[in-house]
Amino acid sequence: MAELMATRDAYGETLVKLGIENKDIVVLDADCSSSTRTSLFKEKFPDRFFNFGIGEANMMGFAAGLASCGKTVFASTFAVFGSARVFDQIRTSIAWPKANVKIVVTHAGISVGEDGASHQAIEDLALMRSLPNLTVIVPADGIETEKAVITAAKDSTPFYIRLGRAKFPIVFSDDYEFKIGKGTILKQGNDVTIIAIGLMVFEALQAAAELQKEGIKARVINMSTIKPIDKDIIIQAAIETGAIVTCEEHSIIGGLGSAVAEVLVENNPVAMKRIGVKDRFGLSGKPDELLERFEMKSTHIVQAVKEVMMKKS
Amino acid sequence: MSNQEIQELEVKAKEIRRWIIKMLAEAGSGHPGGALSCTDIITALYFKIMNHKPDNPKWEDRDRFVLSKGHSCPALYSALALSGYFPTSELMRLRKLDSFLQGHTDMTATPGVEMSAGSLGQGLSVAGGMALAAKLDKKKFRVYVVLGDGESQEGQIWEAAMACAHYKLDNLCAFLDYNKLQIDGPVNEVMVIEPIVDKFKAFGWNTIEIDGHDMHQIIYATNEANITYGKPTMVIAHTIKGKGVSFMEGKVGYHGVAPTKEEEQKALLELE
Ligand SMILES: Cc1ncc(C[n+]2csc(CCOP(=O)(O)OP(=O)(O)O)c2C)c(N)n1
Repeated sequence: MAELMATRDAYGETLVKLGIENKDIVVLDADCSSSTRTSLFKEKFPDRFFNFGIGEANMMGFAAGLASCGKTVFASTFAVFGSARVFDQIRTSIAWPKANVKIVVTHAGISVGEDGASHQAIEDLALMRSLPNLTVIVPADGIETEKAVITAAKDSTPFYIRLGRAKFPIVFSDDYEFKIGKGTILKQGNDVTIIAIGLMVFEALQAAAELQKEGIKARVINMSTIKPIDKDIIIQAAIETGAIVTCEEHSIIGGLGSAVAEVLVENNPVAMKRIGVKDRFGLSGKPDELLERFEMKSTHIVQAVKEVMMKKS
Repeated sequence: MSNQEIQELEVKAKEIRRWIIKMLAEAGSGHPGGALSCTDIITALYFKIMNHKPDNPKWEDRDRFVLSKGHSCPALYSALALSGYFPTSELMRLRKLDSFLQGHTDMTATPGVEMSAGSLGQGLSVAGGMALAAKLDKKKFRVYVVLGDGESQEGQIWEAAMACAHYKLDNLCAFLDYNKLQIDGPVNEVMVIEPIVDKFKAFGWNTIEIDGHDMHQIIYATNEANITYGKPTMVIAHTIKGKGVSFMEGKVGYHGVAPTKEEEQKALLELE
């Protein structure tokens, strides 16, 4: 069993490291700091932490104002409240003016679990991906979270970084090099490609191991930057493997699957299948039970790979 | 404040009103009513109250101005041009393709524009963020913001009102351009905002009620804000939508309709 770590824990710890180095970093939250782990920053740097209470729209505006005066702003809350609820504020006050604001949301996807549909953001990537100037990142584990957050802090443009609540299996080693807009091949293979993000990267790797036993060599790609997406790695995979399965803890509409399909259809269309939430709302349940119910476990990925390979031309 | 200075500001405001009419007539679209109602406030801010350097728009210690009701940008653009941020000839390119004077304020396009706007209800939060940054950096600059009365129906305004008071942003001075009209009619018919002074007071603000077309009162209010400690100031400025152009004054129809060429001539005669 792989070592586990919550991406949100990595976020809180990284914020503290960044806060020591960079005095211009300020952190905002909307009454969720103990859950988003910005509380770690609050404890260390109370003067640079601001709580806005349950007023997310206002928090995003304050973030934009602080950024316009030279601050590097991290604004955090749960993914549902930090995306859909404040889409207009992000659009008008942050993305359009290219504000130096990093919106780092936690509790994304169905792995939120028992809280159910109201708290399971499965449409946020579709929304955020549609905004110009905004870089959208979904780290696969705690290590990638740390690297992505540090990279974002050094950049002066707006970011949306999507984290989970649950503990994710660690897939990267410490020497992993994160680059904005670059996918990473985690496993080589030329029979089929599995492109995954977030928690689903681990499922994809497990699926690839299963397939290996049956003699199917699957390439596995971590596509943590959803936008700007790594077109080259997708086109190369399409040419070299001829079939693609995408895996995301998000609606199959508008997220990773859609982004990959857009690249394929304009460049090198190949057979494709999307693993994700199939145009429905979430449910209460244990994270693992939900992944099983929504057909998003490694076994389902294996099945999808076999189906898509049959369609290979 | 001498009477001569006041008169000079009034002359400037008239000049800005003329530009608003000219640029909107040339563009053939845009929002005259709300631009004309906040002209005197913006004139006082840019030509008397704010510390700013038009030849160095990004000067760190400048006072900040946020036009939350972004549709009133012709008033701001004119004030910026007359201050020297860019040539007045640019004003005639308002809303045209590749002009840096966009239909609503775009901070990435226009020198001197501090914040992008157009979706109402966001400016007070942004201004609060700027004021908070000044506090953090122990800077002396002050932040000014102009809101619409209809705009104050947005919930985010009240989130911001709460937060600005909570963080004791006494370096923030907001003006509510209380012209009593929005798109669909009188504000208090569409959605009553009264008692607006009491509301801001209850939210922890210093409030001042003035005639928003009286330069003396505008300047007095900002002076009051300057010496108010521990809380932000909301200046409820009673204004007239379309102020200065008789056939536009108090007319809901001129919210978002540009003057025709004939109306332009008529208006400019009145604004001589
Ligand atoms: C969030 C939002 N809703 C609706 C509009 C469309 N709109 C533009 S101006 C306006 C009326 C504004 O009224 P007010 O704030 O009183 O401004 P003024 O009268 O000074 O022009 C509306 C509804 C908008 N720009 N933003």
